[in-house]
Amino acid sequence: MKPMFRRVWGLMYRHLALYRRSWPRLLELAYWPVLQMCIWGFTARFLAARLGNPGLLAGATLLGGVLLWEVTLRSQMGMSISFLEEIWSRNLGHIFVSPLRPIELIAALIGMSVIRMLMGVLPAILLAWGLYAFNLFTLGPVLILFFANLMIMGWAVALGVVSLILRHGAGAEPLAWGVLFGLAPFSAVFYPVSVLPSFLRPISYALPTTHVFEGMRAALLQGVIRWDHLAAAFVLNAVWLAGAAWLFSRQFHAARVSGALISIGE
Amino acid sequence: MNAIQVENLTKRYRDVLAVDDISFVAPAGATVGLLGGNGAGKTTTIAMLLGLLVPTSGRITVLGHDMAKDRFAALARMNFSSPYVALPSRLTVRQNMRVYGHLYDVPCMDERIAALARELDLGEILDRPAGQLSAGQKTRVALAKALINRPAVLLLDEPTASLDPDTGDLVRTWLEQYRADSGCTILLASHNMAEVERLCSHVIMLKSGQVVDRGSPKDLLDRYGRHDLEDVFLDIARDRRHAAAA
Repeated sequence: MKPMFRRVWGLMYRHLALYRRSWPRLLELAYWPVLQMCIWGFTARFLAARLGNPGLLAGATLLGGVLLWEVTLRSQMGMSISFLEEIWSRNLGHIFVSPLRPIELIAALIGMSVIRMLMGVLPAILLAWGLYAFNLFTLGPVLILFFANLMIMGWAVALGVVSLILRHGAGAEPLAWGVLFGLAPFSAVFYPVSVLPSFLRPISYALPTTHVFEGMRAALLQGVIRWDHLAAAFVLNAVWLAGAAWLFSRQFHAARVSGALISIGE
Repeated sequence: MNAIQVENLTKRYRDVLAVDDISFVAPAGATVGLLGGNGAGKTTTIAMLLGLLVPTSGRITVLGHDMAKDRFAALARMNFSSPYVALPSRLTVRQNMRVYGHLYDVPCMDERIAALARELDLGEILDRPAGQLSAGQKTRVALAKALINRPAVLLLDEPTASLDPDTGDLVRTWLEQYRADSGCTILLASHNMAEVERLCSHVIMLKSGQVVDRGSPKDLLDRYGRHDLEDVFLDIARDRRHAAAA
């Protein structure tokens, strides 16, 4: 294995070993997505029973929205919390004096984000299929592109959160849990962008997630794949990720200048 | 050849001058002590040597690598131990060693871990979580982590703090042996003057961010007319140099 990949694996191994020894952490991964699916699944079933076919369609878009939003949320939290684990264990000092490059640190955090997201979202997808007969995979191969975009958006936001933690220390920790919820109202998760007031729509269209959810609704309700939305999501993600990487690079350097890397857990 | 070369190193945090234009070298294979009271600039200097902190000005070269431009090449051949930086407490000792074995790209990692476990008497605690160890065991584990990559430069920040005299002596003996066997350069920050006298061939005295004196322990004892380094330390800390020399 090349040294670069070995260093990335080393950091991922550290987190996987932690999960092997901590069942509450494992439980936490799937707990919230499954709970969400229970609540919204029964809501969707109720709508379908009361409204018939329109309710069925509304329920399907609701469940699709819940599951895909969890992909973004779990990806973001998976990355942010893996970084916070290093702060909580006061281990950052050892990591930053090892030959691990910042880009490798990010790669390892992304790797953990993917694992954590799959461990959280897959049980919810299976639950939706088993309890409510909602099969997300009927969207077909385009689902992979939806997932990819949502994960990239989650990583961009997480990188921003990590940057703020580097800058402001553990005081910025709550952002790891809450920051993405601030984007949810503009991401058109459960309703189309057209519902939003016109002055909010440019904000909404600047979010990659909006284009994924518009695309999801088009696929579920009209059976069409909106390549224009997918392309917009990829382009916006590239911009968001580049911006987040720039911010991380700046904040990492600033932390090395200010000494924040030494006292980050305090 | 010098393993560590520090030239006109300065670190300023806004109004605080933590390190003020210091220069020193650590010859390859030597153990150099970095001494000074609290706030003298030892930890800041070590942090800059490790690349954790960017100097305001000055230059650091470790193993021929300029730390401002090429720090990762040097970091692969360095390591660090401090009782104030923990290892993940839920991971076992073996898992922690494996993490750092990967990070430092250690070949034949399992054999290396087994060898360190033998040498530092870690056999019985290898599969125990790091958080459940005693202070002495933690120190030995931290040392094993610091030696996982057979470093050519080892930075130790108070390596025997919080150890009982017996364990402290074992660690010091082991460090002497390791340096003699490997030719490793050790930079040691410590408040234990007996330890410094025993391990270090050269001592750098820091006060208020400046190098106020330097030399071998014997040179310093002679210069200050003292019998142990602790008195020299106190003379410097309390500005009693001239009185002591007189």
